[in-house]
Amino acid sequence: METISAGAAGTQTKEIRTRHRRKGLLYDLRKNRIMWLMVFPVLVYFLINSYLPMVGVYFAFTKFDFNSGLFGSPFVGFENFRMLIKLGALEKITINTVAYNLVFIGLGNAFAVTAAILLNEIAGKFFKRITQTVMFLPYFVSFVLLGSMAYSFFNYDSGFVNTVLQWFGMERQDIYNTPAYWPFIITFFYIWKNLGYSTIIYLATVVNINQDYYEAAELDGASAWQKIWSITLPLLKPTFIILLLFAVGHIMKGQFDLFYQLVGANGMLFNATDIIDTYVYRSLKVTFDMGLANAAGLYQSFFGFVLIMIVNFIIKKINRDYALF
Amino acid sequence: MGSSALSARSSIKWTAYIFITVASILCLVPFLLVLSGSLTANDSIVSEGYNLLPGDWSLEGYRTIFHNPDKVLRAYGVTGLTTLTGTLLGMFMITMTGYVLQRKDFKYRNAVSFFIYFTTLFGGGLVPWYILVTKYLRLTDSLWALILPGLLSPFLIILMRSFMSSMIPDEVIESAKIDGAGDFLIYWRITLPISLPGLATIGLFLTLHYWNDWYLSSLFINNPDKYQLQYYLYNVINNAKAIQDLAISGVTLNANLPMETTKMAMSIIAVGPILFLYPFVQRYFVKGLTIGAVKG
Repeated sequence: METISAGAAGTQTKEIRTRHRRKGLLYDLRKNRIMWLMVFPVLVYFLINSYLPMVGVYFAFTKFDFNSGLFGSPFVGFENFRMLIKLGALEKITINTVAYNLVFIGLGNAFAVTAAILLNEIAGKFFKRITQTVMFLPYFVSFVLLGSMAYSFFNYDSGFVNTVLQWFGMERQDIYNTPAYWPFIITFFYIWKNLGYSTIIYLATVVNINQDYYEAAELDGASAWQKIWSITLPLLKPTFIILLLFAVGHIMKGQFDLFYQLVGANGMLFNATDIIDTYVYRSLKVTFDMGLANAAGLYQSFFGFVLIMIVNFIIKKINRDYALF
Repeated sequence: MGSSALSARSSIKWTAYIFITVASILCLVPFLLVLSGSLTANDSIVSEGYNLLPGDWSLEGYRTIFHNPDKVLRAYGVTGLTTLTGTLLGMFMITMTGYVLQRKDFKYRNAVSFFIYFTTLFGGGLVPWYILVTKYLRLTDSLWALILPGLLSPFLIILMRSFMSSMIPDEVIESAKIDGAGDFLIYWRITLPISLPGLATIGLFLTLHYWNDWYLSSLFINNPDKYQLQYYLYNVINNAKAIQDLAISGVTLNANLPMETTKMAMSIIAVGPILFLYPFVQRYFVKGLTIGAVKG
């Protein structure tokens, strides 16, 4: 999806290259000043919004003091990280973040591939259009609404789940105080929200498969299932592997909105639902423990970066075209 | 042979219809629950619980909100303003950058692309960024704190770049240059009009982001008058006090506010415009995504 090719085009002749070296950036700034002006605001934007905070990772090694700023805060080395490990927080949030993401990647892709292939089998144009529209709808609504949906399903006094349980004469469940349910609930809502989007990505590949393959298979007497098994799935594999690797590269990055809107500040559920992102946010905005927030944040950024590098290295080995850089 | 192929074909048809139908129903059920909750009398929710169909029709949830609509309208205004400003400004900057980055005669395009792209690989994390925005840029309680952070995403810039380079032949730009058109004029007069479908896609992405955003309010806004709509909704769902403020501003309340149905009514009001526009814009969104997926 997002590929980028680094390095200048390799077709330049030697002569042009030496001339470029003589006429460097300054020359280009003058020659293409309009184009430089056009990207200038964007460069400044990323410099401030993205590159400046990178300097701020230094905060993770200080006892942060809001008033004395970046270099005024006393340096404490790895003290914040030690604290994070001692509290047992680091291990828990890492395991949760990675485990949830693995489940999301596995189930999310499985459902999306299934939906894309089956949608493609449906002949009725009207039915196809309506269902695709409906399945894509959840992607468009805010996570806050997700929170209010979950509330209407699960709250103890009037939630729909308890209404149904009562019809069948079963015990009411106090879902908001029972951590064991939440991995399932969160996974359900993740798939609910993203199914339409991922299905479209796969459908784009499925629709573009050369029809000749299918016709040839049909002449050989292949059934519809066999065609899916031996043509569609193998051809989807490249898309799938790339999406999978990208997802693995981002395995340290949790779905903050999803978790925060479903669980919020409900401490009862943290063991089962706390991920790095929610932990950092709470340390920053609720418990005001800047040291822990900084340490957890840097830990996430650093290992996230290392992972992406590894993943990119693997993708390069498989297929250079898909490499990130 | 023939009959087995036939049964396999119809079995897959059945599987497809059943799977897709069930998935679609599951996608709709939560909406139905919220909608019916917003149209049910509060007493009925309290005694019977939420239901897929309103047992006891009532508009009291909506009445509670519109009894004193100032706050909701203000939140609507904040979201409307940030969405409009952010989307227009974002589209302008993203298309401009995409255009420059796909110009083959812009020698530093790969360097600039990487400068932008690298930000998706490594970041300082939430806390340094939070300190930057609050302490150094001093944007606390400013509407810019709601507009700027979502303005440019590397993903959209790269998407626009690949979209433009696939849509616009280099010869067109070459000949315009020979005719003496400046770089900006080429962008404004030639590239933009050709890129309308891509423009629609990134415009939708931006609009969605701004309309659905609650996070920036929660980080940077302390003044309730500047809450975005979704964050306002978040407060209504998560604390009873927000509903009391909503119903009777400044007066302590009678204990009989229709809490439950008001929460759901507020949910519907906050998601309304999206539901209304969605069927019309969905097509462009899918088209843009497909282009991005295949080309990018």
